[in-house]
Amino acid sequence: MATFLAFTLASATFDPIGVLQQRNPPPPAASIEAKKRDLHLDQPIPQRFVTWMGGVVQGDFGRTITDRPITDELGRRIGVSLRLFLLGITIGILFGVLLGVVSAIRQYKFSDYFATLFSFILLSTPVFVLGTLLKMGAQGINDSIGTNVLIFVGETTPGFQGNWFEHLGDRLQHLIVPTLAIALGQIAYYSRYQRSSMLDVLGSDFLRTAQAKGLTRRKALFKHGLRTALIPMATLFAFGFGLLVVGGTFTERIFGWFGMGDWLVTGISAQDTNITATVTLFVAVCVLFSGWLADVLYAALDPRIRVN
Amino acid sequence: MTVILNEGDAAGTTGAASGGPVDAAPEPGKAMTRGRLVFIRFMRNKLALVGLVVILGMYLMAFVGPLLSKWSYDTQDYSAFLEPPYSEHIFGTDKIGTDMFALTMRGLQKSLIIGLLVALISTTVAAIVGAAAGYFLGVADKTLMWVVDLLLVLPSFLIIAILSPWFRGKSWFLLVLMLAAFQWMITARIVRGMTLTLKEREFVKAAKFMGQPARKIIAKHIVPNMASLLIIDATINVGSAVLAETGLSYFGFGVQSPDVSLGTLIGGNAESATTFPWLFLFPAGFLVVFVLAVNWVGDGLRDALDPTSTRVRRKEKKDTKEKAA
Repeated sequence: MATFLAFTLASATFDPIGVLQQRNPPPPAASIEAKKRDLHLDQPIPQRFVTWMGGVVQGDFGRTITDRPITDELGRRIGVSLRLFLLGITIGILFGVLLGVVSAIRQYKFSDYFATLFSFILLSTPVFVLGTLLKMGAQGINDSIGTNVLIFVGETTPGFQGNWFEHLGDRLQHLIVPTLAIALGQIAYYSRYQRSSMLDVLGSDFLRTAQAKGLTRRKALFKHGLRTALIPMATLFAFGFGLLVVGGTFTERIFGWFGMGDWLVTGISAQDTNITATVTLFVAVCVLFSGWLADVLYAALDPRIRVN
Repeated sequence: MTVILNEGDAAGTTGAASGGPVDAAPEPGKAMTRGRLVFIRFMRNKLALVGLVVILGMYLMAFVGPLLSKWSYDTQDYSAFLEPPYSEHIFGTDKIGTDMFALTMRGLQKSLIIGLLVALISTTVAAIVGAAAGYFLGVADKTLMWVVDLLLVLPSFLIIAILSPWFRGKSWFLLVLMLAAFQWMITARIVRGMTLTLKEREFVKAAKFMGQPARKIIAKHIVPNMASLLIIDATINVGSAVLAETGLSYFGFGVQSPDVSLGTLIGGNAESATTFPWLFLFPAGFLVVFVLAVNWVGDGLRDALDPTSTRVRRKEKKDTKEKAA
């Protein structure tokens, strides 16, 4: 649905021929006509969409304006983006939940105020500012150490030679700063909600009962408290993912990763309908998948749902 | 009351805040109006107060600041290229010699105006659509809620980015409309829900039986009763609108040259941030501080206008949980 709309809007607003027509000297009319036919611009938009969708079903995402097949590049770009997303979201959830739990347990202590302030500032900082600040920080660290420990351009060093292990190290060096840029925002986002849901649970009767029957406080908190407090969080994961995708676009752009987000920006700048529609489809699939994952998590955490 | 920052503190704060007349003792002889009570509660929240001062200061600075500086955003100083901040140019200069202070103020102006307009438009639309849907029900409700659901599914960032070639070269006001178009839906749903309950109240029924037209009932009886929600919503929307605008402008999909906004400044200078940090740090700093201030004011307003809001929200959460189960 979203893909159809994106495709239609993109087809209606983009004007790839305009770029061609403005070229100096103007190309002959015949070649413009030929290009139009190549891009199916002579057909009405719904028909173009059907043609494109038909290709997608067979695993063919069409060609870019510069006439390169999209499918070739798609796999590599998805890999790049997913690596960033998955690491970012895993770290974000893990530390976000941890931070939220800790500040709920130690409510109104110094650490709680500190965590609150930290996440408030982070939530007010857009990813592109955060990313650039991290870049500056990484530059500072590199300068003070004297070597390039934290590399923040690209995802691998071009022409890097070495064995598998060295390759891994090289990728890790590239990975740290961009992942941090994504994860910090996620940590702030999840910790806020985790804190309030944990506070709800802390005042509940069943936790007191658990302690009364002889569990230690720690055991009661983590076995009974945390699990219950995580249930409302499961629904948030789906929303958090949407946030992540947009954040990923900025992050890829800032750190020179050639992932899906970067492709979207390139696609729109080049007025390329096929690229834009492909990326939209990818985003839609991601969001659907995260929604499904949220449902699964929900069922895993809340036995009442499994019974139904 | 710094605890106001935290959403789940119902147990800690409502006890103190909801007992209005007790903890905010009115001066003898003066009746305690609701407005005064809200005002007192808000003033007691230090963070919200700081935020309000910062926001007002920024609006003032954005419009008065350029008048005080001797440089303007469209003139260049050919004796200073890429100079770090010094007495002549307090924010430094960029690579063609434009004063960064003048540029930042110009960008701040645009971003703040866009934020304010988007918030006003989207909150107005939300109030009208939500109240109309809730009041009339039937076909109007079905259609409006269908539009709401449709717009909620669409990724706004993507759509506006895709449409950006179309409003290139046109007025920035189009961008305002686009941003507003994607920001009203959630509020409209809440407004609809509140209208459904307000509709059954005696004063609305009384007005209806007195022969007031629906338009008047909505404008005079229903919407004013949701004022607190709408004020909070408008405040928070200013922040998110500014964030959305700067995000789009960062990629060149939002505000287009010759206009400048904080987003275009940050985007244009992010590349050189490691070597010429002042080009990036000043606009970025203004942006972050502004959004932070808006969030604090929004939180403060919510606690002052609606001390039970956290409790309500918790109940809702439980309801949805039970429904899901």
